[in-house]
Amino acid sequence: MSDLSGTWTLVRFIGHRDRVRLFVWIASIVVLVTVTVPSIKALFPTQDDLDKAAIASAGNDGVIVFNGPVQGLDTVGGQVAFQVGTATLVLVALMSLFMVTRCTRAEEESGRTELLRATPLGRHAEIGAALVVAASMNLLVGGLVVAVLIGQRLPAGGSLVFGASSVALGMFFVAVALTTAQVTENTSVASGLACAVLGAAFMLRALGDVGDGRLSWLSPIGWSQKTRPFAGDQWWPLLVPLVFIVVFLYLARTLSARRDIGAGLVQSRSGPARASRNLGSPLGLAVRLGRGTAATWVAAMFIIGLAFGSVANAISGFVGNSQGMKEFIARMGGTTLVDAYLGTAVFMLAIIAAFYGVQSVQGLRSEERLLHAEQLLSTRTSRPAWVGGHVVVALVGSVLVLLAAGLGAALPYAILTQDAGQVPRIVGAMLVYLPAVWLLVGLAVALFGLLPQAMGAAWAAMAAFFVVGFFGELLKVPAWVNDLSPFQQTPHLPAAPLTVLPLVVIVLLGVALLSIGILAFGRRDLG
Amino acid sequence: MAEAISTRGLVKTFGSVRALDGLDLGVATGQVHGLLGPNGAGKTTTIRVLLGLLHADAGEVSLLAGDPWREAVILHRRLAYVPGEVNLWPKLSGGEVIDLLGRLRGDLDYRRRDELLERFELDPTKKGRTYSKGNRQKVALVAALASGAELLILDEPTSGLDPLMESVFQDCIREVKQQGRTVLLSSHILAEVERLCDKVSIIRAGRTVQSGTLAELRHLARTSISATTTQAPTGLSALPGVTDLVLDGQRVTFDVETDQLEPAMRILVEHGLRSLNSAPPSIEELFLREYGDFMAKEATHAATEGSANMTTGQQ
Repeated sequence: MSDLSGTWTLVRFIGHRDRVRLFVWIASIVVLVTVTVPSIKALFPTQDDLDKAAIASAGNDGVIVFNGPVQGLDTVGGQVAFQVGTATLVLVALMSLFMVTRCTRAEEESGRTELLRATPLGRHAEIGAALVVAASMNLLVGGLVVAVLIGQRLPAGGSLVFGASSVALGMFFVAVALTTAQVTENTSVASGLACAVLGAAFMLRALGDVGDGRLSWLSPIGWSQKTRPFAGDQWWPLLVPLVFIVVFLYLARTLSARRDIGAGLVQSRSGPARASRNLGSPLGLAVRLGRGTAATWVAAMFIIGLAFGSVANAISGFVGNSQGMKEFIARMGGTTLVDAYLGTAVFMLAIIAAFYGVQSVQGLRSEERLLHAEQLLSTRTSRPAWVGGHVVVALVGSVLVLLAAGLGAALPYAILTQDAGQVPRIVGAMLVYLPAVWLLVGLAVALFGLLPQAMGAAWAAMAAFFVVGFFGELLKVPAWVNDLSPFQQTPHLPAAPLTVLPLVVIVLLGVALLSIGILAFGRRDLG
Repeated sequence: MAEAISTRGLVKTFGSVRALDGLDLGVATGQVHGLLGPNGAGKTTTIRVLLGLLHADAGEVSLLAGDPWREAVILHRRLAYVPGEVNLWPKLSGGEVIDLLGRLRGDLDYRRRDELLERFELDPTKKGRTYSKGNRQKVALVAALASGAELLILDEPTSGLDPLMESVFQDCIREVKQQGRTVLLSSHILAEVERLCDKVSIIRAGRTVQSGTLAELRHLARTSISATTTQAPTGLSALPGVTDLVLDGQRVTFDVETDQLEPAMRILVEHGLRSLNSAPPSIEELFLREYGDFMAKEATHAATEGSANMTTGQQ
């Protein structure tokens, strides 16, 4: 019996079980690249616009940190690679490492692997299946991206290099995640380690790209960008990730063959024998369960905020004074270009932050499904108290996440303009979206109480607001659809003036939804 | 004696499945009451209704003289519960879960908690995700037993415990009983029920099919007899209540209902009884008799349509 027997059966099983997940990952990355090309073409219609943009970016460290090395920016292809290249690479890496961890360590931690290994399934079948699935995803993303780029009349050579460098980075993180999955018993630590490698890769190339580019050679993302898509098209830098992929795959295979099922190289730490004083109420438990997620979101939103904020000062250099820009400014409230940009940035950050609110309410449903709620509600904990604990965490967490995003956006701008007054101005603009975020929390709680099976609807609403907010112009969404979004109804500070009435309405709606949810949960069966 | 738990005609449906179909249950205060039945019989659903986690569609239910749905929070101060499937929070240690549940219940006795940890040989510092099934069960048991609640509701609490720990558990339940507290113990381990319970209710397909003290139930059961006589015994087959009769010359084996034991013995004695072997009626025998046909049907049903306990157990 070979070590890999049964791999194909597992591949088909994963493909079926995760079909939605596979589709969403692949589609969102491909769509992101697809919509970037026409928006670049619209933003820089003439060669003159491209040349101006290239000059504006060349010396702007804030832009380079998040977009990558300055290469070929006076071409449409070069701009596409610059604007969306780093984001694509990061997404492909995340897709690869989460998928691999999900198919390996998560299965093992849940005990399902044990069930499978007792069947005539090879020792390496699970690793093999994870490798096949993740590699197929990467090849599919790469292939589709190449097709989309060539389809939009970009040079075939650059498109191929761009696609290949994304596949190379994806496969590098497949191999890394397969290795980290062997190291620890804990699924979130396994994916966390791989994420840390990604974070380091991002930092190294950011420092390298701002400097003379040498440090970028230490970064896997750097290797993929050294291929210079649409700006010279070099294939040989991809030999570096190829070597590392082989090394990590060999390492993962060796570690997997040596260790016991369920075990890792690193033993998990034990916890306290007694609970701290805080862990004794529904709220205390909700805080304990939710603090990790909140901290991750706060950190992530601060970084995303930095990305938006560091570009603000240079924005006029990019876009010049075209007619399209004047219309954009007018729509945002008719002040300056920088304020219009900040208004948009704050608006987008708020929509992203609202995902946190929905996600933390989703925690209620998983607590119920995992039968934790059953144990808690058979004590003298009342149903409103239990739901309330999680709601408080979601509401307060939203404040922290918005604050972090606001500070992230405000600090670089305030430093670059040497104007400390920008901090309260931008953070304040961010917090104006708090009612909208809370409304989403309320919607999720209402669904949890009334139709727990349909909690996905909150995510769907969130995704719709996101798409309308980000790509509404591009997709030519009718105005009335746009107006349904509470984020659209919120005044877009700092570009637009503060009006209180819409905020009051949104808060009242949110309170109503929350109350409906809590009341309805008190009346339904648990399960 | 006052009733700690009483239900009449309890009905609960999930979609098209009737999980409880007119269930009657009476648990007297201070007694250990066994709830017996195979997977999918409705034990867990019954308990969830008693805890106010599910709302019954029809029927009356009273728990500690209150309504478990409307007065859930007040009643929960007075009871402790061990679920059949214990899922712990992966990030919390066993000790943290015990303290959390105890504090939420409001009457955690730390000395008793530490004593129970020792008796059950449970390491409280391990994280939830690293416990085995048996150890997860122990966490929930320690949390429940460390409270002074007047009613304990235990849903298959020993599934996953080794025999040694099972005997520790039985000691604990006897202590609880001595303190005059009430226990509702759902189980499918018959030996455990026989050892611990004052009264037993056997349920099947959401209905109570037998209920009574062990002595009463034994009375309903049959005794297995095998005997050797000097002459071949005649007349046994004519007795009502004698089944599975096998005559092999002077050796005979048969099952007999308790109230026909005396005439059966008389026949054996009349034919020159030389040796006698009698197996006392066990609850297992009664259980199997109640379930014989039913389980055979369930088995084929489950094989074609998936596990029957999904309908009541999980959702």
